[in-house]
Amino acid sequence: MLISLKNIFVNAGHVTLFTGRFFKEVLRPPFEIKEFLRQCYIIGYKSLPLVAITGFIMGLVLTLQSRPTLAEFGAESWLPGMVALSLIREIAPVITALICAGKIASGIGAELGSMKVTEQIDAMEVSAINPYKYLVVTRVLATTLMIPVLVVFADAIGIYGGYVGVNIHSDLNMFRYFQQVLDSLDFLDIIPATIKTFFFGFFIGLIGCYKGFTAANGTESVGKAANEAVVAASLTIFIIDMLAVQITDLFF
Amino acid sequence: MINEATNIKEPIAVDTTVPVITIKGLYKSFGKDNAVLNGVDLTVRKGENLVVLGKSGSGKSILIKCLVGLVTADTGEIKVFGTDINTLDNNELNAIRVRIGFLFQNSALYDSMTVRENLAFPLKRHSKKLSAEEVEAAVIEALDNVGLPDAVDKMPAELSGGMRKRIGLARTLILKPEIILYDEPTTGLDTITSREISELILAIQKKNKTTSIIITHDMACAKLTGDRLVILKDGVIDAEGNYEALEKSDDEWVRSFFI
Ligand SMILES: Nc1ncnc2c1ncn2[C@@H]1O[C@H](COP(=O)(O)OP(=O)(O)OP(=O)(O)O)[C@@H](O)[C@H]1O
Ligand SMILES: [Mg+2]
Repeated sequence: MLISLKNIFVNAGHVTLFTGRFFKEVLRPPFEIKEFLRQCYIIGYKSLPLVAITGFIMGLVLTLQSRPTLAEFGAESWLPGMVALSLIREIAPVITALICAGKIASGIGAELGSMKVTEQIDAMEVSAINPYKYLVVTRVLATTLMIPVLVVFADAIGIYGGYVGVNIHSDLNMFRYFQQVLDSLDFLDIIPATIKTFFFGFFIGLIGCYKGFTAANGTESVGKAANEAVVAASLTIFIIDMLAVQITDLFF
Repeated sequence: MINEATNIKEPIAVDTTVPVITIKGLYKSFGKDNAVLNGVDLTVRKGENLVVLGKSGSGKSILIKCLVGLVTADTGEIKVFGTDINTLDNNELNAIRVRIGFLFQNSALYDSMTVRENLAFPLKRHSKKLSAEEVEAAVIEALDNVGLPDAVDKMPAELSGGMRKRIGLARTLILKPEIILYDEPTTGLDTITSREISELILAIQKKNKTTSIIITHDMACAKLTGDRLVILKDGVIDAEGNYEALEKSDDEWVRSFFI
């Protein structure tokens, strides 16, 4: 019991140092721009299909599920606005982040973990190349910038999915639908929801890198790093989401 | 602990007055009861090829990892080019690291890069003035040296173990380091290729006046490349001398390496 408590504190210390190092190195040249762009491509572009499919289904299902309840109150005309609001505020950011935790955090954890185990990270270090800068800074920056983009993309596709859902039971033209969506949206709905996605992205990258970078020796630790990265990143997403709600409540 | 009979000064064509690497009282253990290095004392002179022998798990790889600061020793002094590496900050350590080449036991090629990118990776970062053509020329030359010019566009996963080793060697040599640490350069290679690699190591020593530590289990390589041999046992240097002297040692255990 005491030992596991100690481990938690030791771990927290390591994570804090690892995070601190990011802020120290991110502003210091040389910058690995090419690797950063490559990571943006891998993390952002390669995740588009997955995010598109889930986004569409989220919008569609949400619409179909909410419809009967709203119809009971005779409030079917609220449907587009309500779907858009829940998508943008909560569902699209969280679901997209969770999917990215599964795809990206585990991918980074496994990649860096295997680089660690096969001494590739050591090889960088002995050739006087900063592996933290080349591997960690580029990936964390890429996830921090790409997850928000993916979320916006999921928002858009999700709202389109809602349009398809509405049209299964009634006939609403596209223009009217989007007008209702935009009417229901407030600037203040979008800002906090967007800010939190940057935090989601940052922690997805950071946790993946941390688990990979600190993997133990031996090939089984690669799988462990990937697995732990997904679990820790998913949990962190929920915690950030909860904090974000509290903070938004406080200020708006 | 140095074996008396084998401690014969042999004439070697090196500048014996300048020690490039000095290790004094190096201790390293993993956990409480897994002492790997138990007070290693070792000097490597300028221009010398020092061969390190020892059973598997005797701490040879750990020893050279301590030299470049990959593994931090528990106690002991390690001087490279006359500076104690334990006292250096990161930038100073990196300044020394670019002068040292390190060939990893398992090659440690970057899996996500082609062979060309693997070789150009350190070069581009340390010789910023080079043009793209010069980098390419250096890559091709390095690959020619190890006899694999055709592998330039391959990914590491497409290479055999022996080819990976040679690419690793090419990547180590491309920065023209003053000290090279070879961790089993010929293990897993056929006799002919092993011989070529050993000759390459010798040629590099002659041409670039490099100082090298060569860890090996391959006695043909040790014989060909080594100016001096040391044997690591129970975490200390147990015997030292040139190949002929150690081969005729009184100590049966030492002789057993040469059978
Ligand atoms: N990270 C580590 N954690 C715990 N023990 C380690 C670690 N690295 C190495 N060791 C131990 O140190 C000892 C020496 O390892 P080292 O890799 O130096 O052996 P070696 O002499 O190079 O052997 P080989 O010829 O097989 O390569 C081994 O017994 C190993 O168990
Ligand atoms: Mg070894």
